[in-house]
Amino acid sequence: MPISRSVVVASTPSAVVDVFNEIQPGLQANNYSEEDIFAIHLSLEEAFTNAVKHGNKMEPSKAIKVDYSIEPDKVEICMTDEGEGFDPEVIPDPRYGDNLYKPAGRGMLLMRSFMDVLEYSKKGNSLRMIRYKEKRNPKSAGKSR
Amino acid sequence: MASLKPRVSVEYGEKATIVTFTDEKILEERDIVELQQSLVGIIEQSEKINLILDFANVKFLSSAVLGLLIRVSKKIYEQDGQLRLCNISPRIYEIFKITRLTEIFDILPDRAEAAASLTKEP
Repeated sequence: MPISRSVVVASTPSAVVDVFNEIQPGLQANNYSEEDIFAIHLSLEEAFTNAVKHGNKMEPSKAIKVDYSIEPDKVEICMTDEGEGFDPEVIPDPRYGDNLYKPAGRGMLLMRSFMDVLEYSKKGNSLRMIRYKEKRNPKSAGKSR
Repeated sequence: MASLKPRVSVEYGEKATIVTFTDEKILEERDIVELQQSLVGIIEQSEKINLILDFANVKFLSSAVLGLLIRVSKKIYEQDGQLRLCNISPRIYEIFKITRLTEIFDILPDRAEAAASLTKEP
């Protein structure tokens, strides 16, 4: 059964737990596999962490809006923070050179790998990601080498 | 009130110190900070540690944990110690593969192979 909802939560790292707890039963009810649920959970965590840290700059008075829809064949999540946005093209590839040894900067790569679609708004403070059901293997990672 | 549940269990073997993560999910920032404090404390107990991190209980982690592992590995390599990771589930191994961290971490199937892969010098 398709589910579509919009939630606004406080910009604190732990708030993502409530968001996932709300989404998870819908995924199970629509027969998403454990692989799909793992991928969606991971991508949601990474997107939320970026929104809290880099978007809303760890200000708990700010909010994050999550719109999601769960359909029999795909899950779509849109997330918007109150930050100034950023240009995703300038984020360095964490897999090469000195970046490989840096402790941060892998969230976007993981989202791109585990979801089928990852798009940012022009301003960069809003993202949209989609995963289609029964996609068994994550995409071989990214374009830049 | 702060969570008091243990984040790791520690065994002191002949060839290595084995740290097992006890949580199924390692996600929240404060969990990761606690973990890092525990691990750094264990590393600092030795002049030169051989450390095996056992992921047998871990079913889910985020990229923040990868950052923690990188920081911990730097600490170990600074003292010329050795680090091995083991019992990583296929899903979590995929995260290491995608990020190419398989290139910088020694990941072994289980504790026995991790211990066997350590060079003799402690």
